[in-house]
Amino acid sequence: MSNSEQILSTAAEWHRDGRGVALATVVTTWGSSPRPVGSKLAVDDQGRMIGSVSGGCVEGAVVETALDIIRTGKPQLLEFGVSDEQAWDVGLACGGRVQIFVEKLS
Amino acid sequence: MKRALLERLLIAGRTGAAALATDLASGAQSLVTAGANEGELALGLQDLAQVRKALDDDQSRTIETATGPVFVEVWNPRLRLIVVGAVHIAQALIPLAQLAGYDVTLIDPRTAFGTLARFPDTALTNDWPNEAMPALKPDRRTAILTLTHDPKIDDPALEAALRSDAFYVGALGSRRTHAKRIERLREAGFEPDVIARIRGPVGLAIGAQTPAEIAISIMAEITAVLRRSLLASRA
Repeated sequence: MSNSEQILSTAAEWHRDGRGVALATVVTTWGSSPRPVGSKLAVDDQGRMIGSVSGGCVEGAVVETALDIIRTGKPQLLEFGVSDEQAWDVGLACGGRVQIFVEKLS
Repeated sequence: MKRALLERLLIAGRTGAAALATDLASGAQSLVTAGANEGELALGLQDLAQVRKALDDDQSRTIETATGPVFVEVWNPRLRLIVVGAVHIAQALIPLAQLAGYDVTLIDPRTAFGTLARFPDTALTNDWPNEAMPALKPDRRTAILTLTHDPKIDDPALEAALRSDAFYVGALGSRRTHAKRIERLREAGFEPDVIARIRGPVGLAIGAQTPAEIAISIMAEITAVLRRSLLASRA
């Protein structure tokens, strides 16, 4: 089973158990970035997570957005990079930029 | 994403090439497979051509469509490697291939070589290649490698490989061994341009000497061919 398969299977399982679940996927990268396009992170309504979209740099911010999206149901496209104040705060120190799509599993 | 679509994706991605297309503004999604486009995201012919290109390149990417950016997530079947010959090099190569994400099957009819003790964690068959190969149905996500040097075992595997869409066919053996092999395959009726698909002597020229080094050179060549690197060229 591939990494993505494992993350999506787990997300589906959480959802079947009645938990709120959001999925985050790296959709674009520029320059050096820690995780390739297609990398995934699943988050449940308690903030539990499986997978990774950045090797730790922006996960905190992504989880926060994911929890919002579990409530609102409205997908969001996030962008992090060194030129970005928020990214600096959350510490994307590798110098790259990433776009991460976050959606609710419904 | 709807859970039903997610579950369809998990099945489709295992059985054949599939792409999940997501409109990055609205979140609308469709699952694109060889024969169908299921879901709520409408894609034009030009968009579908870009989706196929992403599948061919085995590369997820964001494409521009008339209605905005759409993320195409590629779900190709798992890569496979069929190794013929449970020899020393196989012992070094199989773990490397597994690390690189390949499902490995090892074929060796010689039961003294092909034992589970020598190859734990490996799918192993003691069938002859002329029986084992058709059962495995090699496809364009399969690499095939012969390692025995024994024409009785290698040749039927290579013949099956040349009749398949395998993206990589390699055969261990010196230039002399390979020249003789080419001669036999010609006599068996294969055209020169078909025989030329076989990479022999196998592996990238990195001066490999030990079984582990040869395994690295072979795995590097398989990767170069898969990723269409310039190093894959044998001009």
